[in-house]
Amino acid sequence: MKYLDEFRDAKLAKYFVERINKISTKKCVIMEVCGGQTHSIIQNGIDQVLPENIEMVHGPGCPVCVTPLETLDRAIKIAKKENVIFASFGDMLRVPGSDSDLLKAKSEGADVRIVYSALEALKIARENPDKEIVFLAIGFETTAPGNALAILQAEKEGLANFSEIVSHVLVPPAMETILSSEDNRVQAFLAAGHVCTVMGYWEYEPIAEKYKVPIVPTGFEPVDILNGIFLAVKQIEEGKAFVENQYTRSVKREGNIAAQNLLKEIFVVADQKWRGIGMIPMSGMNISQKYEKYDAAKKFDVTDIITKEPEKCQSGLVLRGNLKPNECAAFGKECTPENPLGATMVSSEGACAAYFKFKRFNVR
Amino acid sequence: MCLAIPGKVIEIIDENGLKMGKIDYAGSVSRACVEYCGDVEVGNYVIVHAGMAISVLDEQEALESIAIHQSLAEEAAKEGKDIFDNPLPKNNKGER
Repeated sequence: MKYLDEFRDAKLAKYFVERINKISTKKCVIMEVCGGQTHSIIQNGIDQVLPENIEMVHGPGCPVCVTPLETLDRAIKIAKKENVIFASFGDMLRVPGSDSDLLKAKSEGADVRIVYSALEALKIARENPDKEIVFLAIGFETTAPGNALAILQAEKEGLANFSEIVSHVLVPPAMETILSSEDNRVQAFLAAGHVCTVMGYWEYEPIAEKYKVPIVPTGFEPVDILNGIFLAVKQIEEGKAFVENQYTRSVKREGNIAAQNLLKEIFVVADQKWRGIGMIPMSGMNISQKYEKYDAAKKFDVTDIITKEPEKCQSGLVLRGNLKPNECAAFGKECTPENPLGATMVSSEGACAAYFKFKRFNVR
Repeated sequence: MCLAIPGKVIEIIDENGLKMGKIDYAGSVSRACVEYCGDVEVGNYVIVHAGMAISVLDEQEALESIAIHQSLAEEAAKEGKDIFDNPLPKNNKGER
């Protein structure tokens, strides 16, 4: 198997494939939540070495893909304002808004800069006291602590020229939305290892119990993922459904308490719209009233946002695990990484981008 | 953007009142905040995500994980890329 054999732990990977083959008798649909896991699965062909009765479907865990169109349109408008330096993770620059994207705004003269963290954006604010620095703070529970830290640090240093457009999303409410939908096919989850590193896995225990689904916090290496699949399949075969931690080297049940306290200090849990999925109650985090002066959506009065999604884009079905990227009529034709119709084709963690990059043009 | 990989803390410094670490990812060095991942010392391995260390790893486990990344990096280097799929810098100093 290409790529898998090239790992130093190829023997271990094969060992897990053999173990999965040995115990698997039932049909089961497993969703990996995180886009990083999706990428690893497709890159390493993990889904293709599994028995045919095991189907991997790809979840909504790409923050770039689920950032609402309104947020993106607002970001583009703010980026174009005079005296603004707009900082963003690189993945967001080519995500299509209703009429434009951040890269296009940059080519038209906006000062848009790529950063690797919110702290880097804060550094720009420190070095440019006469400019307004706006950071596009997107992400799951993994990224949110860094975004919170930048606000806390701005407050400590008195950097009033720094603000964030926030679009944070939380995993457990999204999992419940998928599980409670009428067309749900998911029977087990590989939970996102680094989200669980921050938040722990105690939040997933009532979900596993209520919906009778195994939930396995899993890492990102091929061996991690194969091990996670093995643990999920084993539970399904034995008729069990509980939270079982595969990623023990990083994930503890209680998570990272210091990072969680940082989130509680800066943000409040709120309803959140997910691109392609819709509104999910209490699935996001906004800046709290105490720190609202760092909220770019309040600082910059941007109105007249009328969103417009491309009709042909079916990324919502992909994000819910109801459509494989290569089953979409536009995949690889009208929709490519050079000319993406939706965010799932742009982001390095988007399922469509992974399928395109690793040449999965044919439906299995 | 969600990539989080283990790296070795090679120096801890104070930067604007924040506890920061210089983190070595198999030869490539960058800075990350190490204030919110519990007790951390030079020599520890941390998982860094978007400029912030989110956990301190068990060293044995981290080395195993890095070994896999190293083999990926070697494979990628044959094609002139790093593990993030970016072209390798020509001077190959690896620090940014």
